[in-house]
Amino acid sequence: MELSGAEILVQCLKDEGVEYIFGYPGGAVLHIYDALFKQDDVKHILVRHEQGATHAADGYARSTGKPGVVLVTSGPGATNAVTGIATAYMDSIPLVVITGQVSLPVIGSDAFQEADIVGITRPCVKHNFLVKDIHKLAETVKKAFYIATTGRPGPVVVDIPKDVTDPSIQIPYEYPRSVTLRSYNPSVKGHPVQIKKAVELLLSARRPMIYSGGGVILGNAADELTALTRMLNFPITNTLMGLGGYPATDRQFVGMLGMHGTYEANMAMHDCDVLLAVGARFDDRVTGKIAEFCPDATIIHIDVDPASISKTVKVDIPIVGEVVPVLADMIEIIKTSGRSPDAEALSAWWARIDQWRSLDCLRYDRSSERIKPQYVVEQLWELTRGEAFVASDVGQHQMWAAQFYKFDQPRRWVNSGGLGTMGFGLPAAIGIKLAHPDEEVVCVTGEASIQMCIQELATALQYRTPIKIVNLNNGYMGMVRQWQEFIYESRYSESYLETLPDFVKLAESYGHVGMRIAKPADVRPALEEALKLKDRTVFMDFLTDPTENVYPMIETGKAQHEMRLAPGITVDRELA
Amino acid sequence: MRHIISILIENESGALSRVAGLFSARGYNIESLTVAPTQDPTLSRMTIVTSGSDEVIEQITKQLNKLIDVVKLIDLSESAHIERELMLVKVRAADGAREEVKRLADIFRGNIIDVTPTSYVIEVTGEKAKLDAFLQALREDAIVEVVRSGTTGILRGERGLHV
Repeated sequence: MELSGAEILVQCLKDEGVEYIFGYPGGAVLHIYDALFKQDDVKHILVRHEQGATHAADGYARSTGKPGVVLVTSGPGATNAVTGIATAYMDSIPLVVITGQVSLPVIGSDAFQEADIVGITRPCVKHNFLVKDIHKLAETVKKAFYIATTGRPGPVVVDIPKDVTDPSIQIPYEYPRSVTLRSYNPSVKGHPVQIKKAVELLLSARRPMIYSGGGVILGNAADELTALTRMLNFPITNTLMGLGGYPATDRQFVGMLGMHGTYEANMAMHDCDVLLAVGARFDDRVTGKIAEFCPDATIIHIDVDPASISKTVKVDIPIVGEVVPVLADMIEIIKTSGRSPDAEALSAWWARIDQWRSLDCLRYDRSSERIKPQYVVEQLWELTRGEAFVASDVGQHQMWAAQFYKFDQPRRWVNSGGLGTMGFGLPAAIGIKLAHPDEEVVCVTGEASIQMCIQELATALQYRTPIKIVNLNNGYMGMVRQWQEFIYESRYSESYLETLPDFVKLAESYGHVGMRIAKPADVRPALEEALKLKDRTVFMDFLTDPTENVYPMIETGKAQHEMRLAPGITVDRELA
Repeated sequence: MRHIISILIENESGALSRVAGLFSARGYNIESLTVAPTQDPTLSRMTIVTSGSDEVIEQITKQLNKLIDVVKLIDLSESAHIERELMLVKVRAADGAREEVKRLADIFRGNIIDVTPTSYVIEVTGEKAKLDAFLQALREDAIVEVVRSGTTGILRGERGLHV
């Protein structure tokens, strides 16, 4: 079978089992779009801006575990995709991003729509390729998928000059079954001696803590993590990226940790004597002041990426390997040893944690005449029985969603944790809905974030991806406003959005259902009504209390135990 | 502390900028960097001289290893090794100065590889400190131009860095 470069690319995607490709056409990729036109296996989703394509592919990837695939043109098409690529890179999401490039003979001549996208994306991809020879195209695509999905996953860019896809040049096609790279061999199994040492330490712990992150989600290790945690009866906290890695409604779950984590999670971290970090990277939003991070703890760290280990916090027992086999080994060793941790010490530790928990640090004013954003998320959680896929944007609403939507399953919580990309939520939700047409998909957002990719409302209509948009509209860039209140003596510099669109009319003009909710009593009925509209995208514009802040908060430079609590919550000395 | 990191890297276009970009993006020091293909034309050998605390050097080696194009890596400074740098110096050498400059070059086992009535080009190889010493020994106003290759190095003994 002789195929052109464009046909080879499309055939590669078919052979790779790609269901959806998110993209936007342009000059340099027209041969590829023509090849896409002539087949039905790979379905193209036409977005309205290339950033939306990357986020939609990202949402698809996060919710399924499969790589997301993007196709954009050269120059501005590719540069528009960069924010989405960087978003995926920071959260280790497998994407294969195909960018068109100007033809080989004119590369470097500042040709029309030329950009050095391999150079531009180098710091925010796991790897990238410029395909200079049609004979290397299939192999390069195979390598791209292999690199993107193995080890610590990440985005891979494949830049294809237009003449490489020329329909008049055809060569025999064969998709490589497998590929090996002498320079890339991600570790799978953890070192047995290290694992043994770690288990010894866990069994001897008196105030243990498990801290798990996005690696558990990416590595599909929620079952193993849950089994180990229950077996040991240890308290567990999840990072923002790790939510759903352990059931949030379980007694042993002490909530999210970090800057906006719960009092009990942060206090338990600070006071623990053994810390088991699983697929988490000691991000600055988690550790607070590094010098005072877990001062009493001996630290075990499981991670597939050696560079994550001892990057910011020195660890005592590093274990490099995929999370599933390492946790499975640990469970096996504990089982065969017949030993268990000191029950008395553990029960004293739990008593202390329950004391911290009794502070009820997430409580908020339920009698307010204004809609409290926390209440909206709580009601959403109840009405969707905690089973919805929730994509969020970035800001206060993201933190409230993380705090108040209790995720019991992995891959249901989709947000831009590392890069913190506003505009992520809506396109991500579309990607999720395409992958899970029968599941409830909600986008929790704010009036500032949603406007950054609002154009994708058109995509949601074109592909009939009925999602529910919960817009927590407080008129401000809420998180910016909160920092300005706390740190800049309430000088609200440029954080107030003076001219907002009428979101109800906006949604309607895009062909969706728009609703405005202004009173607390209307919150639940509105959500109920929206959720009943199974085949429609519904934009719910909740006018929320603009003065509400996210608590607790560890301010920059403070240690984990130095949280700012909501007004009205005080800690007596005994508790601290 | 000063470290010499030796890397075998795929001889692909862009490989050098991946390494250089890593150092600038993560704020690591880079004193010198040399690169050229090996006897296997698909591989390049790169030598990077850098400095930092043990933690920083550990991160540098891990981050370098993480680059997909990096095949193998070794911190030469952790083992017995030999390091060399090549320097070319153009000096003013007219009339009375010619003899003195030549004597100095001999002391440092340098070779004069280009001669005009008023100048020499001297080639010196050695460790960085030796080259620094040679420059100090020359009169400052005699130096027209200095070109240094940056340090390269190799392990002593049988052990080598190969695929």
